[in-house]
Amino acid sequence: MATAYTEQQSGARLRFRLRVAPVTAAALVVAALSLIPVLFILYVALSSGWDTVVQLVFRPKVGELIVNTVVLEALGVPIASVLAVVIAILTERTNLPGARAWSWLMVAPLAVPAFVHSYAWNSLFPQVHGLWGAVLLSILAYLPFLYLPVAAQLRRLDPALEDTAASLGLSPFKVVWRVVIPQLRLAVCGGALLFGLHMMAEYGLFVLMRFDTFATAIVDQFQSVYNGPAANLLGGVLVLLCLLMLGLESLARGRARYARIGSGAARVTKPYDLGRLRIPALLLPALLAVFALGVPALTLSRWMILGGARIWRLDYILPALTQTLMLAVVGAILTTIAAIPIAWLSVRAPSRLQALMEAGHYYTGALPGVIIALALVTITVRMPIYQTVATLLFAYVLMFLPRAVVGLRASIAQSPVELERAATSLGRSPFKAVAATTMRLAAPGAAASAALVALGIANELTGTLMLSPNGTRTLATRFWAYTAELDFASAAPYAVLMVVLSAPLVVLLRTRAERISS
Amino acid sequence: MKFLTAKATTAIAAFTIAALGWSSSAFAQVSLTIYNAQHETLTQEWADAFMEDTGIPVTIRNGSDLEMGNQIIQEGANSPADIFLTENSPAMVLVDNAGLFEPLPQDILEQVEPGFRPSSGHWTGIAARSTVFAYDKNKLDEASLPKSIMDLADPAWKGRWAASPAGADFQAIVAAMLSLKGEEATSAWLKAMKENSSAYRGNRAAMAGVNNGEAEGAVIYHYYWYGDQANTKESSGNVDLHYFKNQDPGAFVSVSGGGILASSKHKDEAKQFLKWLAGPKGQAILRDGTSFEYAVGVGAASNPALVPLADLDPPKVDPSTLDNVKVTELMTAAGLL
Repeated sequence: MATAYTEQQSGARLRFRLRVAPVTAAALVVAALSLIPVLFILYVALSSGWDTVVQLVFRPKVGELIVNTVVLEALGVPIASVLAVVIAILTERTNLPGARAWSWLMVAPLAVPAFVHSYAWNSLFPQVHGLWGAVLLSILAYLPFLYLPVAAQLRRLDPALEDTAASLGLSPFKVVWRVVIPQLRLAVCGGALLFGLHMMAEYGLFVLMRFDTFATAIVDQFQSVYNGPAANLLGGVLVLLCLLMLGLESLARGRARYARIGSGAARVTKPYDLGRLRIPALLLPALLAVFALGVPALTLSRWMILGGARIWRLDYILPALTQTLMLAVVGAILTTIAAIPIAWLSVRAPSRLQALMEAGHYYTGALPGVIIALALVTITVRMPIYQTVATLLFAYVLMFLPRAVVGLRASIAQSPVELERAATSLGRSPFKAVAATTMRLAAPGAAASAALVALGIANELTGTLMLSPNGTRTLATRFWAYTAELDFASAAPYAVLMVVLSAPLVVLLRTRAERISS
Repeated sequence: MKFLTAKATTAIAAFTIAALGWSSSAFAQVSLTIYNAQHETLTQEWADAFMEDTGIPVTIRNGSDLEMGNQIIQEGANSPADIFLTENSPAMVLVDNAGLFEPLPQDILEQVEPGFRPSSGHWTGIAARSTVFAYDKNKLDEASLPKSIMDLADPAWKGRWAASPAGADFQAIVAAMLSLKGEEATSAWLKAMKENSSAYRGNRAAMAGVNNGEAEGAVIYHYYWYGDQANTKESSGNVDLHYFKNQDPGAFVSVSGGGILASSKHKDEAKQFLKWLAGPKGQAILRDGTSFEYAVGVGAASNPALVPLADLDPPKVDPSTLDNVKVTELMTAAGLL
């Protein structure tokens, strides 16, 4: 009897392994493909020889860039984290007037591409530049990355802990400080990581701020010498910085447990009363909304009024619009498909190999577009796929894979594995069983992460410029070309269209975040 | 369900195939591909007018001078480009040194003033721009303006001037200085520049810096000022232009180049395009349009708003001697790149 049982069990395990094997293989392929950029940098470093590496990496300019990047991160990340937590508490947990509307306004800046923020500020306040200008603009453009998870986490908290603390005699302020904020740790860490990585990889945002980071220096080198070793070696240093950042985040995340125990749903939370601070507290979200939404709106309207009817050249605008849409939709679909194997494995069959592969999926998101593009340009230059949509889409998949994995993983985790098993026992093949159960349940989550990917692609600039087929013009590249020629009026319609295209995606994200937490 | 998945899969497949087809469709008809580092609007104007005249469609890929020059070298014989247009000469020299240009026939070369094309005849000038010192007219006057671009290395100018060192425009000016003054003087000047100047990204940004009072002057090209004056004036209201003249390195007139790639599969059409561009019709677009670049065709007039080319007294530099590889090296060593 006992032997029969173990036989049966090991048989099940074998069947499970067999079922997982093709998925593992698929995830391995994606992970191996995402290693291309970093392997390429390694290859450049090795083939250009130690002397060249020393000459190009250990020089004052690189030191300058490291200092700039570290200082930017050291200022930007804490300020943004504090701001996000304070504003999220205000909009989610207090009786702030119009809290819901403010919470929408805090997410809305995501619809404005980073380089549009940059041009808008430069046009209205050219005196804003340098380190503080860079910090300010990073916060305006990327605060939603922190605000979204923190606000979602706040909505999810079980008020029982707070009630207990209050009943033990803590003042409301102390309850927030000692009970609520510590529970936001994971959300803050995740958001801060995304925020910090974006600051490292961002080019368009800092171009007008006269603040040199690795991304700007790499583009400078690229424009002077194309893909010489200098650009790629700077990229190598940047990759190391990104890894450092990933390590810091996993340290900061800690190992504490945050889940609530017990059955049933958490009670609805009661908002804190701000008392006399109710009106003054409005100042903070209002200021952010004016800076992050008002300034771009004002600049874009001014440009459009100056331009009048002549700037609406539909023969240019419509092709750019369709090309952008096409790239965004196809890219988002492909990226989501590429993310499915690892997302499924990480929930259903976590293992050491799986963790390693997952890291492979994530790191590319930390690389600036220009690094991925440089590697692909050099590799494909003498191949038939050079300057084809296929290569461009492949680059998009690498760049935005992490966005897709994160969203998919969460929604696969929420669909019960029993359904997959039931479907298999009813005679579906393993692949069809997963497709018919888990994937259907995960579809809304997949749609949200695809939206995030599409948003990224629609606003992507450097990779698109370098890899796209001849004659391709997206909204972003048109905007870029016109602003480079000082024709801001003509650039305005493209910026407006990018915002209009992004808006529904942002709404989708915001609604999705709300639904997960309720 | 099964049906739904099948439908979705087909839709995705169809979409992807359509997307892939889009890339090859650009090559399906006989059309010229230009690697364009000139202003996109200007080249688009040229391309549209040329298409109207000849019926030959033109596809434009945009980039910056040296990026595209190096790109062409990497692509080698497989380059999809038929024609290369630049803002400055060094990128043309780069491609020419790699032996990738088709020597131009005499009838194209003869259309351009001899001073504005290389002695080799492997490519030709198509337009020109002048180096200027754009200055804050509230802070500087005739007496306090620098007499030579070399003066800006003087400690007296510390913290007072701006430039866009990462751009091909500025690097062309440095290449001219290198050709005129030699490596030692140029290297010293660049090191002083790192100390004295503030670096902007782009000539417009540098001019805007002067306009906002962040710097007293900027080394840029002339047309940024004219373009902004004709447009919203938001970056040049307080700014005036100083021409160094006297054959100073700072009076360098940079030649924008056009060449045909030896690897081109449409050489006849490419020659037709370049002949048209350097001829009366192409040059007239420089005169009448909003590019404010100088025309270089024999007898071709430039935009009447500009200081006449004949009055600029630029240094004599053969465009084919401009060595950007050395310039990048020196600028990287000076910490400017």
